[in-house]
Amino acid sequence: MKRYVTAALAGVISGTMILTGCGSSPGKTDESAKAPADVDTSAPVSITVQGLAPGAEADAQAALAEQVAAFQEKHTNITVKTEEWQWDVQTFASQLAGGTLPTVFQVPFTDGRTLLENQQVYPIDEFAQTLPYYGKFNETVGAAGQDSDGKQWMIPTMAYGMGLTYNRDLFEQAGLDPDKPPTTWDEIREYAKTIAEKTGQSGYSQMTKDGTGGWILTTVDYSLGGRIEAGTPDDVTVDVNSDSIKKQLEMLKAMRWEDNSMGANQLHDWGSINADFAAGKIGMFVGGSDLLEPMIQMNQINEDIYGLTMIPTEGDNSGVLGGGALAAVSAKATPEQAAAAVAWIDFYYVSRLGTEEGAVADAKIREANGQPIGIPGFPVFDEQTYQDREGWLKPYMNVPLEQMTGYTSKMFDVELISEPAVKTQELYAAMAPMVQEVLSNKDVDIDQLLEQYQSVAESTVK
Amino acid sequence: METPHRRPTRLAQWKRGGGFTAIALMVPTLVIFGMFSWFPIVRALVMSFQENNMVTEPKWVQWDNYTRVLSDPLLFVAARNTLYLTGLSVLLGFPLPIILAAMMAEVKRLRGVYTVLAYLPSIIPPVVAILLWKVFYDGSASGVFNTIAGWVGLGPYPWIQSQGMAMPALVVQGTWAGAGATTLIYLAALTSVPADLYDAAEIDGASLWRRIWHIMLPQIRPLMMLLLILQLIASFQAFLEPFIFTGGGPANATLTLMLQVYNYAFGSLGNGYGPATALSVLFAVVLGLLTILYFRVTKRWSE
Repeated sequence: MKRYVTAALAGVISGTMILTGCGSSPGKTDESAKAPADVDTSAPVSITVQGLAPGAEADAQAALAEQVAAFQEKHTNITVKTEEWQWDVQTFASQLAGGTLPTVFQVPFTDGRTLLENQQVYPIDEFAQTLPYYGKFNETVGAAGQDSDGKQWMIPTMAYGMGLTYNRDLFEQAGLDPDKPPTTWDEIREYAKTIAEKTGQSGYSQMTKDGTGGWILTTVDYSLGGRIEAGTPDDVTVDVNSDSIKKQLEMLKAMRWEDNSMGANQLHDWGSINADFAAGKIGMFVGGSDLLEPMIQMNQINEDIYGLTMIPTEGDNSGVLGGGALAAVSAKATPEQAAAAVAWIDFYYVSRLGTEEGAVADAKIREANGQPIGIPGFPVFDEQTYQDREGWLKPYMNVPLEQMTGYTSKMFDVELISEPAVKTQELYAAMAPMVQEVLSNKDVDIDQLLEQYQSVAESTVK
Repeated sequence: METPHRRPTRLAQWKRGGGFTAIALMVPTLVIFGMFSWFPIVRALVMSFQENNMVTEPKWVQWDNYTRVLSDPLLFVAARNTLYLTGLSVLLGFPLPIILAAMMAEVKRLRGVYTVLAYLPSIIPPVVAILLWKVFYDGSASGVFNTIAGWVGLGPYPWIQSQGMAMPALVVQGTWAGAGATTLIYLAALTSVPADLYDAAEIDGASLWRRIWHIMLPQIRPLMMLLLILQLIASFQAFLEPFIFTGGGPANATLTLMLQVYNYAFGSLGNGYGPATALSVLFAVVLGLLTILYFRVTKRWSE
């Protein structure tokens, strides 16, 4: 009997406290890093780098292996090992704390800021200074990886604006012209209703699970002229109980419960909405402008159905939420590894954006392995470099750009707005249940909901 | 002549009795428990009084983490959901294995087949099983369960997409996954009940019901009591199902305490280990007290 009590208690304790078994990875300060001059860049060194997302197709794997081989040929002293890895809000913090990240990994802009503040990555600025394009980044994009002194702690590898992804096939089935995607939110609602009625699929879906709920809420808020959060850590304000968010929630409520145009599944996250879209179950959804690539690599999408247009911007101050990715080097790296890591970042991520040689070499490998070339992003450097790159890549482009003109024709005209600066992920996660409430409760009182989540947001960013 | 016999010292006695061997045999266990169980427990206690992002120097913050956890409006929601989930799990998951085991103990032929069938869900890795069930629970009319419901003219149901149905849906999956192993434990206990007892009762003219009530249940009662508390504790700690199925949604309808601990810890980049450990400590204390209370109250029945 006593034994049982002890056993049961042991169960309680070990179960509830399992999460504390994390190690710690010491942060590196500027002082502890060697200057590039002291680093022997010809000594043998081995690094692990972020490879493809788990579940990527064999062709994509082959292309990556070829890139690694080309890199190692150029840098004979460096051994590169790829790890299947993908940034995931749910696991990133634990990997960071546990010190299990690859030497080179990518994070979204939003996390970059926190990593910088906490000095949780290797300070690579001095190595980065040797790159030909150092200091030539688009100002907003470059700033995402810089500290207040302008030192580049992480290197931007891609930038994107949010767009409206739509299924051209479902448009046709519903009698809509796939070359004339909606340009206002009223049209989106109308089209969604038509698609749902004519095809039985979801006309419009929205990500709501975990942080993605707040992310898309914010995107649509920007497009309606709102700013869910403003200010800096010392002086931050949130505006959830706003006209723009009210408009958004009322629209979602009407689409979900009056029009019945949002399908049966509402708890979507990034992975599931891509999968359902590629499977032809979703007419339209708001997401990044670069989604075709993961949909090709992971969801075997038929490219003919893919359409991309600009998210409608309505009202004063409206704009498009923009984000991007930064390549970072693990705080656990040695100076030699950091130097090798920067060489890899240059080779694999950045030179293909900023130099003709890099762009063409990348395109050739992608072409040989049937990977997408020419997916529209947002300029990491200036607009001219972006246009030049389009020119270099022209002979290799294999994605249906004519299905994305609604986006590409406007991408340089819209105002790109950065994501909220303070406690971004926490705010996103805290707002997700609000959107879920609208989509799972027919009788939801929106005014009361807005009041409630205004105070939730206030205590979240505090 | 008798030589005076020197009494061996206690140490020598201990040595002769295999004391060193015992210690040597215990060392690996002690080291493993120390490193992976006791050390983390102490660390958690310490961390619950710190602001610690595991990178920069930790800061002592006294009771701040506890205040934050206790004043979070989601604590009440998570606690209520956890109680609800535990209640449902016990209601559905406690009697089911007993009934299954009793039925299986009665059959003489093909018992092996039934045992395998009952245990089958347990050999599927939990994450895989949940992802599978997530597909089954698709809310559209073409979802697996909705198709089946459609055959008898029911549905389509929203399953995990609805605030009301999500938690029961999670519990059904959890019961499916867990009942098999428990059934086998009961079956082992039941088959070890001496057959003479049943035979004697049968000769005395006891009905099936009386045989169950007066022979079977008393024989396995201590086991039932133990499995019940283990199930209670496991349900209180439910994490995987809400984490993968719903992320705590829709609208916090399946947010459990363990998921809340996880959200504190990993929902932000290392800013929440303090509150996460504080809630864990509180939770462990409450569960510990409940366990002691449970054994006090049920002492009479367990022996």
